[in-house]
Amino acid sequence: MVFGEARPNPDELLARVKAEEEQKKRGKLKVFLGYAAGVGKTYTMLEAARQRTKEMDVAVAYVETHHRIETEALLEGLEIIPRRQSEYRGTVLTEMDIDAVLQRHPQLAIVDELAHTNMPDSRHPKRYQDVEELLAAGISVYTTVNVQHIESLRNTVAQITGVWIRETIPDSVLDSASEIEIVDLPADELIKRLKDGKVYVTEQIANAIDKFFRKGNLTALRELTMRIAARHVDEATRSYMETHAIPGPWPSAERLLVCISPGTASTRLIRSARRLAYQMGVEWFVLYVETPDSIKLTVKAQESMAAAIRLAEKLGARAVTRQGESVVTVIVDFARKNNITRIVLGKSQSNRFRRLIFGSMADNIARRGPFDVYILGGSGEAEKAEREKTSLTGQNPRWRGYVIGLGMLAAATFFGYLIRDLFSQTTILMLYLLAVLATAIWGGLRPSIMVSIFGVLAFDFFFVSPYLTFAIEDTQYFFTFLSLLLVGIIISFLTARFRRQTELARQREQQTASLYELSKDLAMLNDMDSYLKTIIKRVRETFGRDGVIFLPDAQNKDRLKTFPDNASITIDENESAAAVWSFQHQKPVGPGTDTLPNVKSRYLPLITARGTVGVLAISADSTFPELSLEQERLLEAYTDLSAVAIEAIQLKEIADNAQILQETEKLQTTLLNSISHDLRTPLVSIIGALSSLQEEQMHLDETAKLNLIQVAGEEADRLNRLITNLLDESRIEAGALHITKQPAEVQDIIGAALEQLGNRIKSRQIKIDLPNSIPFIPVDSGLVIQALANILDNAVKYSPPDSPVDISGMQINQDIKIEIADRGIGIAPEDLSHIFDKFYRVRNPGSVLGTGLGLSISKGIIEAHGGQITAANRTGGGTIISVVLPVAEISQKSGAEQNG
Amino acid sequence: MDNLKVLIVDDEEAIRRFLHLALVSQSYTVLEAESGQGAITAISENKPDIVILDLGLPDMDGIAVIRLLRQWSQVPVIVLSVRGSEKDKIAALDAGADDYLTKPFSAGELLARLRVARRRAVQPSGVPVFTTGTLKVDLVKRLVTVADREAQLTPNEYDLLKVLVAGADKVLTHRQLLREVWGTEYGDELHMLHVNISNLRRKIEPDPTRPRFIITEPGVGYRLRTDQ
Repeated sequence: MVFGEARPNPDELLARVKAEEEQKKRGKLKVFLGYAAGVGKTYTMLEAARQRTKEMDVAVAYVETHHRIETEALLEGLEIIPRRQSEYRGTVLTEMDIDAVLQRHPQLAIVDELAHTNMPDSRHPKRYQDVEELLAAGISVYTTVNVQHIESLRNTVAQITGVWIRETIPDSVLDSASEIEIVDLPADELIKRLKDGKVYVTEQIANAIDKFFRKGNLTALRELTMRIAARHVDEATRSYMETHAIPGPWPSAERLLVCISPGTASTRLIRSARRLAYQMGVEWFVLYVETPDSIKLTVKAQESMAAAIRLAEKLGARAVTRQGESVVTVIVDFARKNNITRIVLGKSQSNRFRRLIFGSMADNIARRGPFDVYILGGSGEAEKAEREKTSLTGQNPRWRGYVIGLGMLAAATFFGYLIRDLFSQTTILMLYLLAVLATAIWGGLRPSIMVSIFGVLAFDFFFVSPYLTFAIEDTQYFFTFLSLLLVGIIISFLTARFRRQTELARQREQQTASLYELSKDLAMLNDMDSYLKTIIKRVRETFGRDGVIFLPDAQNKDRLKTFPDNASITIDENESAAAVWSFQHQKPVGPGTDTLPNVKSRYLPLITARGTVGVLAISADSTFPELSLEQERLLEAYTDLSAVAIEAIQLKEIADNAQILQETEKLQTTLLNSISHDLRTPLVSIIGALSSLQEEQMHLDETAKLNLIQVAGEEADRLNRLITNLLDESRIEAGALHITKQPAEVQDIIGAALEQLGNRIKSRQIKIDLPNSIPFIPVDSGLVIQALANILDNAVKYSPPDSPVDISGMQINQDIKIEIADRGIGIAPEDLSHIFDKFYRVRNPGSVLGTGLGLSISKGIIEAHGGQITAANRTGGGTIISVVLPVAEISQKSGAEQNG
Repeated sequence: MDNLKVLIVDDEEAIRRFLHLALVSQSYTVLEAESGQGAITAISENKPDIVILDLGLPDMDGIAVIRLLRQWSQVPVIVLSVRGSEKDKIAALDAGADDYLTKPFSAGELLARLRVARRRAVQPSGVPVFTTGTLKVDLVKRLVTVADREAQLTPNEYDLLKVLVAGADKVLTHRQLLREVWGTEYGDELHMLHVNISNLRRKIEPDPTRPRFIITEPGVGYRLRTDQ
């Protein structure tokens, strides 16, 4: 705040805060719902928009007038955000420019035709996803929808009109709308308008226009529309009541479970179930039970299951997958654990025969607990799941199994023939059983059944009299044959199932092992780089894809850094933009997702509870085979694990920094305390002495007064020295030590240092031993004198008052060495190198007073001259401190011109 | 001595107070100024005998004051400087200041400087025979004796000693010494100066390692110390 400026107005402040809050809020969606094309949705919407311009900032993002004059007239005066142009199959078409709208950021945007499918080069495949982005950015939207475009009503509309609509919007979008306004028109009038040519219909409907625009149909659609709207109001009421804690007609905590199988009608089943759940007003789950049979599903079947699960989630269910042997058992267990009271099944797909023997699934479930079981059936679109009977190993051609079977059969017959005289028939029978078993293990289910049947026949033919005929003499053999056949078949089934289980378990084990390997790797490592390397390596090994990880840039939050730098995936602008989008919106991007399905890689945000930590991109172009359902799940687990690991490293770095900060602060506090103490101590004596002199009450005699004055004087000197030291140290620390080297005499320097100590060495013996031949040395005299003075001060302080201090100097090659030796107590060997540390005394509180800067300053000065300073213990007791300074070439030129 | 007039120039009141008391005790008449401009005015109006000038004045550079002053006055100037600002000290001395005191200084140092300045003020020209301790310099006969023994000095060494004696007890910068003895072109020949001083010391100092007469002012110059 600048001096003199007025403080901000609290009202202004509040207004500003509110405005910021508004920005962060989500936009509101109002849907203009009609039951057919031509009822006037766009017109009504534009009328409403015009009304709002009085109070809001309104802009038209996309409106399709179909050249109707009345509609176009309404556009006048409204701001229109220019559309985006794109070329498609030779024609130039226009789309809503979502980025332009985001930039313009009106309070209210008008977006026509919510169910529209965007051009392939758009960010999202569908317009409702664009609108979703606008809403998330805080822009409110008006939009239009025909009832036939609603996902969960697709079947119903198809039933009514016979037209299967392709462009749909998920129910969740409609549910999230804050307002639905029905645009209604009596059916007769609509038909009239159609005849007048005032109605624009899509190509699809145009082909079936007579079917679609029949009065009966239209009336039915109209009714459907009103029901939807009514339900929406109902929902709104209910949620209002909830938020206001009004006990409403929520029919207790009932829950609905829908079970889906790879059979037909799964998506239809889900849609119907959703309506049921909605009507009942209950929470609903969707369960898919994976049995060992699931291995046999084709890739296509797996995909449609995945699609069904996605649909369920879109429609608001919690989708769950479980594995188990018996579907019924898994369902019942799940239902019990999750307090589910109502279970919905599709019309049974198993054959009648099975149902007869084992009971229908519905019966089995109903019998097992207090469940209401609903079976939803009826005709629907043809969505046949293909169930290919592949052999277990999958790759081997089917005929191989039969060949093995025949081989076994032949072998059994052969061996049986060999031993027919030695062993009884029963033994030969066993051979055939062995053949069946062997075929079941290595050939597959069908071949082993084949072997069962043919085995019986062979046995009859070769080993039952009359031999070489199919006739039976003894009717008891009939039972034998029957038993053999039955046993054979049962063995086949059991073995086949056993094999499938093993295979499934093996696959699952592989996945778990893979995840375990990854987490083990991560547990061993400690830094970000290794983490990222490992994750990418594992992705490569497990999925066969190249990967790149994006991490947020510490400086610029809008950019992401890629790792590794030499990635084999190309990262151009589009790809980076996709990564950034994924990061910001926390949604997957790329092939198989709702956003930018045409980029070259799939971008998966790494999300933890704290937010997005990065993005994992894996190459996903068409050269790679699609990932199976299993692999998708594993990939999800991988991203979760990676996200947590990366976050852990980031948190660790934060914690480390925090610790360092804490340590530094602790040290600083200790330091400040010590310095504060050292500065104040002399002042105590000074103030004490001077105030005593002033104090009238104290009646001091002359001697006392002189003493006090002397004390004050000495302490003032001490304070002066301390301040000098602190300043010198600061200058050394800050690198602000300006050294001006001039040639100086060693004698001179030593003499000046002694002079500086003045009174402190008055009574001390100082011996100086300097040869005359010692050359001049280029030093900053002031600083070096200070350095030597500090050393001398130290020597004098730490030695008895009657002991001598010896100063000697000598030349050693290109250096001058000055030694200052005392006969004091000496220094412990482990401390010898530490005495030149800053504040050394701070760490040894027991020793002499003072903050211990002197020697550290000497070191700083000497080293700044390119010299060295060391300490050693002296033989006979005491300490020697040696200072070595270089003698640079001193020419006849001035000292200032030399570089020191 | 008659009451000499001393002008104190310092912006710190506490320092002026201390100086005032110290000077008055020595029977000086004290004038005070707080700024460079004030100093100039006071000097021209009151013509003091000695000026004590703080270098760290708020309005003007102390050195600029000295330069300005020296254009018409030769009044002795003692500058007050802060430790670590060697360059300022040298600049002030070269500009015409006579001596310096480094803050914080003791009363003893202050009085010593004043004595020297007083000598100059009262008796600008020197004495024919200079004596201090065991050193005797006869400027007329060009004879230097230490404890009555003659010292054999080279011409340069003698000239050097002569300059030092002329500015006895006053600090002389390297440059001043070099210029006086060798001429203006030799202003930066520090090595030469040091060698000569060193030789001189060896010849006249009782203990060359602990010089009594020729005192080093580190980074600034030299001073001949006398007993007075």
